[in-house]
Amino acid sequence: MSAISEPALQVPAAPKSNGYWTTVGRRLLRDKLSVLCGSILLAILLAALFAPWLGVADPYQGSMIRRLRPVGTPNYILGTDELGRDMLARLIYGGRLSLLTGILPVFLAFIVGTTLGLIAGYAGGKLNTIIMRTVDVFFAFPSVLLAIAISGALGAGILNSIVSLTIVFIPQITRVAESVTTGVRNRDFVEAARASGADTLTIMRVHMLGNVLGPIFVYATGLISVSMILASGLSFLGLGTKPPEPEWGLMLNTLRTAIYANPVVAALPGVMIFAVSICFNLLSDGLRSAMDIRN
Amino acid sequence: MTEVTALAPLEDLGGEAQPLLTVRGLTKHFPVRGDLFSPRKTVHAVDDVSFEVAKGETVGIVGESGCGKSTTARLLMHLMDYDSGDIIYDGMKVGRELSLRDLRRAMQMVFQDSYASLNPRLTIEESIAFGPRVHGMAAAEAQLLARDLLGKVGLRPETFANRYPHEISGGQRQRVNIARALALSPRLVILDEAVSALDKSVEAQVLNLLVDLKREFGLTYIFISHDLNVVRYISDRVLVMYLGQVVELGPIDGVWGNPVHPYTRALLAAMPTSDPDNRTQIAPITGDPPNPIDPPQACRFHTRCPFVDTVCSMVAPKLADIGTDGHQAACHMAVAGSGHSRAPGPNAGT
Repeated sequence: MSAISEPALQVPAAPKSNGYWTTVGRRLLRDKLSVLCGSILLAILLAALFAPWLGVADPYQGSMIRRLRPVGTPNYILGTDELGRDMLARLIYGGRLSLLTGILPVFLAFIVGTTLGLIAGYAGGKLNTIIMRTVDVFFAFPSVLLAIAISGALGAGILNSIVSLTIVFIPQITRVAESVTTGVRNRDFVEAARASGADTLTIMRVHMLGNVLGPIFVYATGLISVSMILASGLSFLGLGTKPPEPEWGLMLNTLRTAIYANPVVAALPGVMIFAVSICFNLLSDGLRSAMDIRN
Repeated sequence: MTEVTALAPLEDLGGEAQPLLTVRGLTKHFPVRGDLFSPRKTVHAVDDVSFEVAKGETVGIVGESGCGKSTTARLLMHLMDYDSGDIIYDGMKVGRELSLRDLRRAMQMVFQDSYASLNPRLTIEESIAFGPRVHGMAAAEAQLLARDLLGKVGLRPETFANRYPHEISGGQRQRVNIARALALSPRLVILDEAVSALDKSVEAQVLNLLVDLKREFGLTYIFISHDLNVVRYISDRVLVMYLGQVVELGPIDGVWGNPVHPYTRALLAAMPTSDPDNRTQIAPITGDPPNPIDPPQACRFHTRCPFVDTVCSMVAPKLADIGTDGHQAACHMAVAGSGHSRAPGPNAGT
C-alpha cells in the first residue's frame, strides 16, 4: 500500500557513525603533543609495572664504596645515590609508589566527588546547600596544609597518605562536578527527558552522566600531577613512604644532602616528577580539546 | 517487510464534546529572596489562568516575553509544580485519575531551542527512541519507530539516523524534536515557540509540516508564540496573556477581527504590515510591562492603558463574554455597568 515509506523502513543498517569516545580517541591521536605525552607516560607506567623483569639492579642493594657516582658511570648509567644504590633501578621502582600515590587518590576522589557533585547539582535546594557548604569548609585550608594535617593525624604510611590526598581532592572534584551538573541540568534536553516520563536514575544515566563526565575527567587528569607532587611532599616530610622504599619524593629528600656533591643525580627524581606531571597536564589539555567535538 | 509499531495512544474517553484539556485557576508564584532587610517577594508568573482545549483544535497563546506563556507550558507538562488550580486531561484530573507517567505519553512538548533540547552525546535516532524505551518498548522496535518517524518529519532515515545534533541544521533539529515528541503517540503537543528561532523560509516549512502531522496523527496543539502572523496562520482559537493573566480569548477570527481588550488591540496594531499605505505610525503602547514581582493592583494593564478610568485601579476585571462564539475579554469597557465611562449600557455616556 504505502510503497513510498517502505524502503525507508527497511534501511540496511545505516552507516553506523562512530560512538562519541571513538571520535574523541581519533582526534586525540591526531594531536602530536598528546601522543608524545601519552607514550612517555605509558613507557614510565609499563617500566614501573614490569620493573622486576627489566633486568635492572636491585634498588635496595647499596654499597659504601660506590656512593654518588655521576651520571654515565659504566654499569650505573644514571649514577648512584647517597647509599650507593643504582639510581636507574630506584627511579624505575620508585615509579610504582609515585604513580600509585598520584593516580589512586585522584581516582577515588573522582568517584566520590562526581557522585556528590551530581547529587548536589541535580537535586539542588537544601541538599545542594548541605553538600556544597560542607565542601566549602575544606576549601578554607590550602591543600598542602590540609594533606599534611590529615596525614599527620592519621600517622605516617602510604595508605594514610593516599587517604589524606583523597580527602584533599574530593571537595575540588565535587565543586567542578556540581557546577557542570547544574549547567547541564538546566538544558532543555533534560527537561525533555523528564517530559517523556523518565525517572531520575534513567535521566542521570542516559542524559546527565555522558555530558558531565568529560569536563570532570579532564579536571581530574590535571589533578594527577598535583597529587604526585603532594605525595612527594608528604614523603619528603616523612609522612608518606618510609626509607628504604624507593619513591621519587622521598628520594629527592634523601638526596638533598648530596646536592652540592652531585647535583645532577640529586635532581633526577625531581626530573621524573616534573616529566610525569607535565605529561599528565598536556595530555589533559589535549583531551579537553579532543572532547570539544563541535569544532 | 518490517512492521513499525507505535505506542498505543491513550484511549479517548469523553468523546468529541469533552475538552481534551481543561485548565482551571492555574496559579504559579515564584518566591524571590528579598534583601537582608526587605521581606520575601513573589513573582506572579501565572495567575488564575483558566481555559479549555477542544479535541483536534489548535490553541494559540500570545503575549509579550515574560507574560507567563512558557511557564504555563511547563506547568501543563508538570515540569514544575503549580501552587493551585486543576489540570484536567480528557475528564481525568492529572495526579488523581491520570498518573504523571500516563500524562507524559498523552502530552508532549517541543522546545524553542532546537539545539539545547537534544542531548549532544546521543545520535538523533537514540534521542527519538529514548521516550518509547522509557515506556517499555524493546530497543530494536524503538529504533524502527524512530526511523519511521524521521521519515514522517521529512528527514531521510538513511542519512540522518546516526548523526549527532551538531551535524545538522536548526530546521532539521527542530524536525527531530517534533519526531521525538511524536514518538510517545501523544494526543496533545505543546509547541513552545517551536518555530520562533528558525529563519522565515524554514519556519514556513516546519509550520506546514506541523499542519500535515496534525492531520495525519489527529493531534491537538497548544501553540505558544510571540509571532502574531504565525499564530493566526495555525490557530483555531487564541489566548492573549498579559502579566500572567488571560486578558482575552476566543476564536482567532473573532479576536483578530474584533479585538476588545486594549492590550490585544495594541498587540495587533504593533504587527508589522506589508501594506505601505497602512503603516503603524505611532506606538500603540509605550513602556515595558510592569515588574511581575509587584504587579499593578486591580486591572494589571491600567498602568499602560490609553483608556484608563478610576474603576480600572479599583476592581479587577473578570473574563466576560463578548458575543456568543466564546469570545471573552477581561476589560471593564466591555461590561455594561462596570463603572467605566466607556462601558456600554445604562451607565454609558448618554
